[in-house]
Amino acid sequence: MSHDNLQAIVSQVRRDIVRMVHAVKSGHPGGSLGCAEYLVSLYFKHMNHQPKNFEMDGIGQDIFFLSNGHISPVIYSVLARAGYFDISELKTFRKLNSRLQGHPTTHEGLEGIRIASGSLGQGLSVAIGAATAKKLNKDCCFIYTLLGDGELQEGQIWEAVMYASAKKVDNLIAAVDVNEKQIDGSTDDVLAMGSIGAKFKAFDWVVIHVTQGNDLQEIDAALTEAKGKLGNGKPVCLLLQTDMGNGVDFMMGTHKWHGIAPNDEQLLSALSQNEETLGDY
Amino acid sequence: MKKYSDTGTKDTRSGFGAGLLELGNSNKNVVGLCADLTGSLKMNAFANQHPDRFFQVGIAEANMIGIAAGLTIGGKIPFTGTFANFSTGRVYDQIRQSIAYSGKNVKICASHAGLTLGEDGATHQILEDLGLMKMLPNMVVINPCDYNQTKAATIAIADYDGPVYLRFGRPKVPNFTATNAPFIIGKGDLLTEGSDVTIIATGHLVWEALKASEKLNSMGIGAEVINMATVKPLDEKMILNSTKKTGCVVTAEEHNRFGGLGESVAQVLVTNTPAPQEFVAVNDSFGESGTPTELMVKYGLNADAIVLATHKVIKRKNLFRA
Repeated sequence: MSHDNLQAIVSQVRRDIVRMVHAVKSGHPGGSLGCAEYLVSLYFKHMNHQPKNFEMDGIGQDIFFLSNGHISPVIYSVLARAGYFDISELKTFRKLNSRLQGHPTTHEGLEGIRIASGSLGQGLSVAIGAATAKKLNKDCCFIYTLLGDGELQEGQIWEAVMYASAKKVDNLIAAVDVNEKQIDGSTDDVLAMGSIGAKFKAFDWVVIHVTQGNDLQEIDAALTEAKGKLGNGKPVCLLLQTDMGNGVDFMMGTHKWHGIAPNDEQLLSALSQNEETLGDY
Repeated sequence: MKKYSDTGTKDTRSGFGAGLLELGNSNKNVVGLCADLTGSLKMNAFANQHPDRFFQVGIAEANMIGIAAGLTIGGKIPFTGTFANFSTGRVYDQIRQSIAYSGKNVKICASHAGLTLGEDGATHQILEDLGLMKMLPNMVVINPCDYNQTKAATIAIADYDGPVYLRFGRPKVPNFTATNAPFIIGKGDLLTEGSDVTIIATGHLVWEALKASEKLNSMGIGAEVINMATVKPLDEKMILNSTKKTGCVVTAEEHNRFGGLGESVAQVLVTNTPAPQEFVAVNDSFGESGTPTELMVKYGLNADAIVLATHKVIKRKNLFRA
């Protein structure tokens, strides 16, 4: 898929995110907007997957796990736009009897979701398990996961980081959304983590820096490089330097839009900044 | 009354190890994970014979639970092994989100449950695990009574598609159930028949219930002993059928009286046919160091305690009837 086409999808995904969150006056737009390019690049270019015939086991397919489940708007939009389920279902987000729960779950049978997430720190372990199952099944497809940078404060992450290199889980690409923000402020203010890249390197991972985590071309190059490094005894960490709230000017550069919804006026402003390319749901 | 004899004491954890080894040979999707307690969990034989399907995760139980959940995606049937305390309380949220809520086919296998862990003391003697696990929607909770039954339960849960908590212990205890008797999830075993009291026991307390029933029999009290290995889903029919006959119940378990088998039985009784009940269980306290036998005496978890509870509950039944 061409760069222009991917960019058009990103624009539509951003519209979906702000419309979903606005409609129920709740949800997490900031991190969702910041990860739009990465997830579009994964699902529309890099992953080998079959949206129309969703099977939990994903044999012969690449699998993605969202660990920071609060950015559910972006994964729901990307899954729907990729064809996992009808885009009309996006309007049920966070409503009663919906399959699109506030945080993703397998409980409601939503195609494309393979694990519940929301309570932070668990997705990397699950991804390691799925990567191990792939090895046991002699299935040479890859496992992807996305973590938030604030999420790295959870201890389980480091149990998993240690395990993945010690046990040579080399069919796994774990991306970290480094937006340097969390609910109470900047990650440096809340609990400074120092150099995340140095930490992963110290744990013997291959580390790839994506300094423009909202640039499709840079993401594309990084994913191509990451895939090329798999199979060599080491897991790969992709550090995506993103802007929380990217694509909506008044949401950028602040942690304040982590978990609040735009009002009517703000919605119109956000939509005016992101062209309707594929048709709103 | 039907007599049961001890065919030789064995630890229930060895029953787990034997069952897992048999599964390893019969079901290629079965995988084992252990958090640095392979010998204690008796998982060595499986690990040695199936090294490609055994994962040593180190002292990192949260990660083990997550990896197990992930392994199911790809059709594996993971059996995780560590002490009961580290299998439940330590990793409750991981089990809740990544296994129970996500509906993953993971078997959480927990040894050294309860007071009979012994000298290590209260930090390791979890008495709350049945309650923690039974509260999770759709979690099956099993606490078999001896070596044979633990082995059978281990084999049976591999054929059940869904999360299971399998609880067993450290000490050698009488092995008295039939060799190779099939284990049916959710089904109690009526061990003795009687018309004066129903004794519903789980785990190590089942043998104590049998000893109690012999003592009671010599006093002219007929006890119906039920081995309730599956704490959830509970065999309500067996409880109600028996209670209809006896009119009173004693429950016995190596667990806090809050959250355990006794509470589940009480709920069945009060919502159907209320009957007086006594609880042989730990009275809302932590354990301590000591030998398993000393601890079971001190905390009132043995045949004598069941006999006492039976006298109490029959007295109350008679008061109600009068």
